[in-house]
Amino acid sequence: MEINNESQIPIFMQVADALRDAIFTGAFGEDTQIPSTTEISIAYRINPATVLKGMNLLVEEQLIAKRRGVGMFVSIGARERIKEMRYSEFSKNYIKPLVLEARKLELTDEQIAALIKKEMKTDDTKSE
Amino acid sequence: MTLSLNKITKTFGEVKALNNVSLEFTEPMIYGLLGRNGAGKTTLLNIINGRIFPDSGEVLMDGIPVADRDELLSKMHLMGEVNYYDDDLKLKDAIKTVDGFYGEAFIVAEAHRYAKLFELDETKKIGKLSTGYKSIFKCCIALALDVPFVFFDEPVLGLDANHRDLFYKLLIEDYSRKPKVIVLSTHLIEEASPIIEKFVIIKQGRILLEKSAESLAQYASSVTGPKEKVEQAVSGCQILGRSFIGALETAYIVGKLSGTCDGLTVQNIDAQRLFIELTNTDKEASL
Repeated sequence: MEINNESQIPIFMQVADALRDAIFTGAFGEDTQIPSTTEISIAYRINPATVLKGMNLLVEEQLIAKRRGVGMFVSIGARERIKEMRYSEFSKNYIKPLVLEARKLELTDEQIAALIKKEMKTDDTKSE
Repeated sequence: MTLSLNKITKTFGEVKALNNVSLEFTEPMIYGLLGRNGAGKTTLLNIINGRIFPDSGEVLMDGIPVADRDELLSKMHLMGEVNYYDDDLKLKDAIKTVDGFYGEAFIVAEAHRYAKLFELDETKKIGKLSTGYKSIFKCCIALALDVPFVFFDEPVLGLDANHRDLFYKLLIEDYSRKPKVIVLSTHLIEEASPIIEKFVIIKQGRILLEKSAESLAQYASSVTGPKEKVEQAVSGCQILGRSFIGALETAYIVGKLSGTCDGLTVQNIDAQRLFIELTNTDKEASL
């Protein structure tokens, strides 16, 4: 993951996204310790306070929890919860912009469906 | 500990380098001191560190004037363009000199470790170092000091991309281990800004803006679109600057656009763009 300074997304949110993604992909396994604020800030060359702010978002979402004197650990069930979060945002983040753009281009519903089907097909052949 | 500048004014001949500057560095935090060439950054840092004296005003540490008090001055360090060391001195001997001056606050082993990481040859004489390596050596010293206030004046000047990256990495590592006030004065806003928690922008000897990174990100925005539409949308806003590509206009405004912005692209602007728009001269802005 790279931090993008020019992104419209605040850096602490980018940190949170990167952490969620690491949990989702299994890089940070459930019930295991995640890197410290310091490690993350050094890795990305960002202020520790910014990293902490990003981490706190995940604490609020109960994806990670602090163990006194040890550090932050990934909660059991975190991966599933991230999946649910992503699922509930899927429509908003991906389908809605697609429909909006399609309407601008005056595509019919059938055309949109056909395009999605075609894209799925090429993706299938790629992964085979 | 708090370091406060109280109404500092300094003139060089006809030029007012600093004009009634008041500023405070408190809790452990990484500050960014930004300003254009000649804005007064180095003068300010030199005054804080007792290298030069202001015409009026004073620097206070926890309320006590710092001027000429060695016990207070030794709680600060300025890594800057000035070389304190004899050109004939070998790096390892220069490290010993610093150790003699700062005593316990200087961690010799750290200085050696940093020198090694930057691949500095400690048997070399300071005078034989390139500009970049001179800066690196001074950075190594500053990073190895455990004092409450450390000031870096253009620390990465002349450093290649790898060394700049290493410097930022070590700076964060050092700051995480020993929280303190760090003030970074730099022209490389883009690469330094993710590290900075509080921005101080200085223009023509005055403090123009003092804001946390968070509020700076919200401070201004850009509005892009057809010229008439943009002008209509931003009327009544405080405009920092405008740029044109043919009939396509981008206006930089303070705050956010209120009301509708159909067909216009509204974006946040980063620290570097904000800095440019705030400190442009009229001549530059018209180009």
